[in-house]
Amino acid sequence: MSTYVGEAADAPKFQTAAKSLVADTQVRHNVRHATEVIRAKRAKVVGEMADWQELRESGHEIKEHVLRHLDFYLEQFETACTAAGGTVHWARDADEANSIIVGLVKAQQAKEVIKVKTMTSDEIRLNVALEAAGITPYETDLADLIVQLGEDKPSHIVVPALHRNRAEIRQIFLDKMNLGELSDRPEDLAAAARVYLREKFLRVPVAISGANFAIANTGSVCVVESEGNGRMCVSLPKVLISLIGIEKIIPTFQDLEVFLQTLPRSATGERMNPYNSIWTGVTPEDGPQEFHVVLLDNGRTKVLADREARETLDCIRCGACLNACPVYRQTGGHAYGSVYAGPIGAILTPQLQSMEHSQTLPYASSLCGACYEVCPVKINIPEILIHLRHRVVEDGDAPWIEKMAMKAASYVLESPEHLDRARKLGRIAQRPFATNGVISHLPFGLDAWTGVRDLPAMPDESFREWWVKRERETGR
Amino acid sequence: MLEKLGHTVEFRPAQTCCGQMHYNTGYHPAALPMMEHFVEVFRGAEAICIPSSSCVAMIRDHYPKMADKSGDAALRRAVKNMLPRIYEFTELLVDKLGVTDVGAFFPHAVALHPSCHSLRSLHLGDRPAKLLNGVRGLTLVDLPEAEECCGFGGTFAVKNADVSVAMLSDKIRCILNSGAEVCAAVDNSCLMHIGGALSRQRAGVRVLHLAEILASRDSRGMSA
Amino acid sequence: MSSARDEILERVRDAMGGSTPGREAEYAAIPRNYIRMGSLSPAEKRDLFVDRLHDYGATVFYSREGEVAAWVADALKIRQKNSLLIPRDLPRAWLPEGFSFFREGASYEEVDRSEGVLTDCALAIAMTGSIVLRHSAGEARRALSLIPDYHLCVVFGSQVVETVPEGIEQMKAFAEIPMTTIAGPSATADIEMIRVKGVHGPRTLDVILVS
Repeated sequence: MSTYVGEAADAPKFQTAAKSLVADTQVRHNVRHATEVIRAKRAKVVGEMADWQELRESGHEIKEHVLRHLDFYLEQFETACTAAGGTVHWARDADEANSIIVGLVKAQQAKEVIKVKTMTSDEIRLNVALEAAGITPYETDLADLIVQLGEDKPSHIVVPALHRNRAEIRQIFLDKMNLGELSDRPEDLAAAARVYLREKFLRVPVAISGANFAIANTGSVCVVESEGNGRMCVSLPKVLISLIGIEKIIPTFQDLEVFLQTLPRSATGERMNPYNSIWTGVTPEDGPQEFHVVLLDNGRTKVLADREARETLDCIRCGACLNACPVYRQTGGHAYGSVYAGPIGAILTPQLQSMEHSQTLPYASSLCGACYEVCPVKINIPEILIHLRHRVVEDGDAPWIEKMAMKAASYVLESPEHLDRARKLGRIAQRPFATNGVISHLPFGLDAWTGVRDLPAMPDESFREWWVKRERETGR
Repeated sequence: MLEKLGHTVEFRPAQTCCGQMHYNTGYHPAALPMMEHFVEVFRGAEAICIPSSSCVAMIRDHYPKMADKSGDAALRRAVKNMLPRIYEFTELLVDKLGVTDVGAFFPHAVALHPSCHSLRSLHLGDRPAKLLNGVRGLTLVDLPEAEECCGFGGTFAVKNADVSVAMLSDKIRCILNSGAEVCAAVDNSCLMHIGGALSRQRAGVRVLHLAEILASRDSRGMSA
Repeated sequence: MSSARDEILERVRDAMGGSTPGREAEYAAIPRNYIRMGSLSPAEKRDLFVDRLHDYGATVFYSREGEVAAWVADALKIRQKNSLLIPRDLPRAWLPEGFSFFREGASYEEVDRSEGVLTDCALAIAMTGSIVLRHSAGEARRALSLIPDYHLCVVFGSQVVETVPEGIEQMKAFAEIPMTTIAGPSATADIEMIRVKGVHGPRTLDVILVS
């Protein structure tokens, strides 16, 4: 079984990655700015909706319903899509999906493919597999294009080229696009990208996309986007391959009325994103004449099997939780070491890998609940985070020191006598460290707290000691 | 403060902990005996007042599930029976006792930090602010980005200290920008974390629990 | 040896217990308390639609029945264009004299070289300013309204619904035909978070709104 999520299995612990990112003032500034902009936009357009909570409720219930009957809806989708001229393939894991897709591209004798941004393809490392097979993938989302031409790595999930300013982008374009000259105004840079990619859109015969929604009763697929490269990729080439996670299914066409309202407002803070493309199978004389869907498992059935965490699959990939998260705001996406970052990444990434990797991600949260508040399908992320922490501990993967500390704490907190003894002991032990009621320093590596914060010293008389004394004195 | 309002306060010294730290960190079996002890200690109490919204959230959000999982029908009943008698401190005052003016006097500028549990689990809304606005002499100042988490998060503060402190740094900046002399909250965990940084930085601003402000009576306003 | 399909379905059934006969009733019982039907008057609805169109930078020409061709001519004059591509079945009555209109059949390169495209639409949604195009060889294949830099679209007032659910209700009826919803020219904020309009797809959208 080769289920993997990008390079997550080799990623450093969250704490380790976060340490250097928190110290990177440029990243912090950029992430703060980006998330603030989108948060404000989202708040405005969500504030306009008198029925926002009802839409969230329905979105949640529709997704939960699909999961309860996923086998039925998957088969229904396959039947409808096939009847309309599409071909449906099934991939148990990342390697199988890559093998199917490479095979389909090779069958066209194509050496190039154009791609619409799909995180699912990053999850399975599709580009690596394509290149290994001698096929060049061209990313067509502007940010991914900037990153690809700059031979760089994405620094942010929502705005992957955030770390590049206009001067750098201009230089990259000048070098890689064979242009004579180019200003650094954003409009001109976008125009240069338009010309560069247009040549590929009109020529390259195979495209690979993901999908936001796969509609079971009609067999239709829906791609939600802003730039227009999605429309180009799904309607111009001869052959279209759509890689779709099995959780993207919705029951009926009508259900789009919920998600097409909640997704754009949550993702980019717009009433509606510029373009939605919806198509079913193959249409004579219009668009790709060969359409393949690759339905992907890659650990999703594992998530499904955990009743308490199954909700994770309700996600419609809007990114609102990332923008709302106070932890993400300080570190950006790289700290999570996964294509899926932020709160949803913290619960999805380890689960797709059967909790064998990315075990520090469920702890990358203060459980503040802001994510749950903004989630358009009401995934109770804090609840799932706690559940996954439980799984990490049950699997024996908690750090040894922590296990010991929690055991000691249990002993103290389980009985008033133990608590009493611990209090008295603590009052003695703190003496060398407490000055004027404040502890500024604790020794022997206990300074995770006191390294940066003071700690109030234990009072000479605790509340309960005072209370007991008062009871005795007043004869109560 | 409750006695000054004429109520009988009972404190049961056998109480220990609601089990939140263990539960939230993933040590679920360890939290069970703490829950059982809690239920036992508070058996028969008319109203259980908890000046900590995170503990109340633990009890409301997780005790029923924990009791269900334990398979102990008596425990399940006891939890169900106890829940309606649990009050967060401001809920007790505003909802049960119907007061927003407790006769307090505290002539200082105060910023209210709405802890995450009070905001998103208990939905305390404007109860804390109403109570502060009922305090004579008190100026309630606007806290920028009030709803942002302070970064405590229980064991998060230690397991992810760097991020915790980065979040705390933002919170401190907002508190200092607000012009407040005191930062108040209904959760001591946030206060310990925020107060710890204010103290370390010698920022000249201190923290107080809402109850400490509401109990202030004398003309110096310095009961804490 | 089971196929990937069999194995995945088996995993799903193992995880969930498999779909049950109660599925349809369960689906019908999903709470839907969101707003479905609009409540604006036709004039308010039209104003809302126009407001949204202006919000995303589209120019609106107000036409009466029978005047479409004249407005097409006006738009072409304003945009300094002499010709447009049109779908095979576009009404002849919409085509003014003095300009060239090329029907379907162009290669992508020819479409790319064109001055623009004139289409009708399937419906429009006022709340979001969306215009829905229904594609097929008979109406307008997707490439036609995608590749050119200029899109002139005729929308009848009677085609405008207020809410997204009302729009989806109508779109449901032709679900097997490819469709595109348009709510503004394409946009990106990938360069220093500055929103730039017009990456791919038509950068100029003009709407002839017929009452």
